[in-house]
Amino acid sequence: MQWDIVIGLEIHVQLATKTKIFSGSSTAFGAGPNTQASAIDLAMPGTLPVPNEQAFRYAVMFGLAVDAEIGRRSVFDHKNYFYPDLPRGSQITQMDHPIVGPGFVDVDLADGRRKRVRIHHAHLEEDAGKSLHEDYHGMTGIDLNRAGTPLIEVVTEPDMTSAEEAVGFARKLHSLVTSLGICDGDMSQGSLRFDVNISLKPKGSDTLGTRTETKNLNSFRYMEQAIAHEVERQMDILEDGGQVVQETRLYNGERDESRSMRTKEEANDYRYFPCPDLLPVVIDDAFIQSARDLLPELPDDRKARFKEQYGLNDYDAGLLSADARLAAFFEETAKHGQDAKLAANWVLGEFSAWLNAEDKTVSEAPITGLQLGQLVARIADNTVSSSGAKKVFEALWNGDSDNADAVIESQGLKQVSDTGALEKMVDDVLAEMPDQVAQYQQEQDPKKQKKMLGGFMGPLMKASKGQGNPKLFNEILVRKLGG
Amino acid sequence: MSISREDIEKVAVLARIRVDDAQISALESDLGNILNLVDELSAADTENIEPLSHPLDAVQRLRADEVTETNRREAFQAIAPATEDGLYLVPRVIE
Repeated sequence: MQWDIVIGLEIHVQLATKTKIFSGSSTAFGAGPNTQASAIDLAMPGTLPVPNEQAFRYAVMFGLAVDAEIGRRSVFDHKNYFYPDLPRGSQITQMDHPIVGPGFVDVDLADGRRKRVRIHHAHLEEDAGKSLHEDYHGMTGIDLNRAGTPLIEVVTEPDMTSAEEAVGFARKLHSLVTSLGICDGDMSQGSLRFDVNISLKPKGSDTLGTRTETKNLNSFRYMEQAIAHEVERQMDILEDGGQVVQETRLYNGERDESRSMRTKEEANDYRYFPCPDLLPVVIDDAFIQSARDLLPELPDDRKARFKEQYGLNDYDAGLLSADARLAAFFEETAKHGQDAKLAANWVLGEFSAWLNAEDKTVSEAPITGLQLGQLVARIADNTVSSSGAKKVFEALWNGDSDNADAVIESQGLKQVSDTGALEKMVDDVLAEMPDQVAQYQQEQDPKKQKKMLGGFMGPLMKASKGQGNPKLFNEILVRKLGG
Repeated sequence: MSISREDIEKVAVLARIRVDDAQISALESDLGNILNLVDELSAADTENIEPLSHPLDAVQRLRADEVTETNRREAFQAIAPATEDGLYLVPRVIE
């Protein structure tokens, strides 16, 4: 039987505010356990939450970026559930009157199609603390530093029909919130967490099947695997004549397996009620305008500009524009590198490869756009060959020096581009290889001739101690041999 | 309006309140009476009336995004039953 896959996403986005959504506690990462958990975050009796203006501004910026209607009157509710990392026994969230209404995000797919994914709404809420299950004499340790960190939960319509579309959307959302500067985008620290709702229906059917929710996926790769895994699992059940149970599942990326966390019917009744401590928040035109004024260039616009301004192809422009920090790094490199396409190649090639190899983010890179730009400029003006440039890059990355020219100098990587000197070397080498010269001159096929040139390059590079400019050598060779 | 035994058991689970069998029949009538009282409100015509989210006709003030709280962990943990390494310790929870 053929099946249609139906996927909807819920994404928790931690907002990059300095303080929590309802208290003046710091949200800075890495503080000692519970040192950033105030009486409000601990839900002590008698405390009164006061909302953070910046959290609303960030939420409105997000709403504007996805072409959504902004909730002019935003109301908070309590969602009840018991868990030790939620001290109040309820989460303050928004149910009927969220800050961001319906909107959409367009996702570019590999085959060139553009897929529109509708946003159902996005609401503001508080994050919970963290539970540490290991090593406390059979007890669970609770750190409430994260409790009260502002989140927007983005809820999509079930518009995605494959893992590719879902992951494409996830990447686009990541790109959006980091470009907006409203989230640091660090998925390994849980700054962006994806819940995936999946159901299957017979191909072409209008009736949705029973869905499951796979929670807390914190990498794009795991998300892709988890979707494939869950689709397979549901297909097996349905094709054996069984029924999918509506439930929440946890996916273990390392083992590529999932298990049931809880079934939704059972005890999962959140009993929402309006938050008595918070009045409705009214967002006026002036507030929306001030948020609009803060909107930076968004990824789609940046991609178009990269193609236009730097002459990049669609693929490179897409890769370089998606991440705001990578985009800024590229622009700095291009600015100092003279040759934008060469800069793009080095940022997407060597630079990205080193980041991956050392599992670093762009902001953690030990080399700056200025430094790479200076190196690119030396490749562009033929001071250094591309193999020499890799050595320079490595030295800059390892902190041996902070300047490309200094490394080129100290490691003697400067190409000899003085044509007089190069011509002399070519003359000497050709004089020592009369047989090969004769062979070359008798050859009629230009392709074979071209290949034969390689035979001269080895001795030439040796003669120049590896410092001859290969491009110039080539030109001189062709001229002399042809004549 | 009446409330069933199953409803009471379910609410007790949700609220983490232990209710033994002997209490349930008393709760059935007590909670039933309360629900009847609340039910009388249904007599009011509420068509075309937006549900009120807050009884005060006022708007929430927002605060600036500035750190105002300091670390008071020691004071808070002095009244916690169990702590270690700065963490609050609670009975083990595994889902």
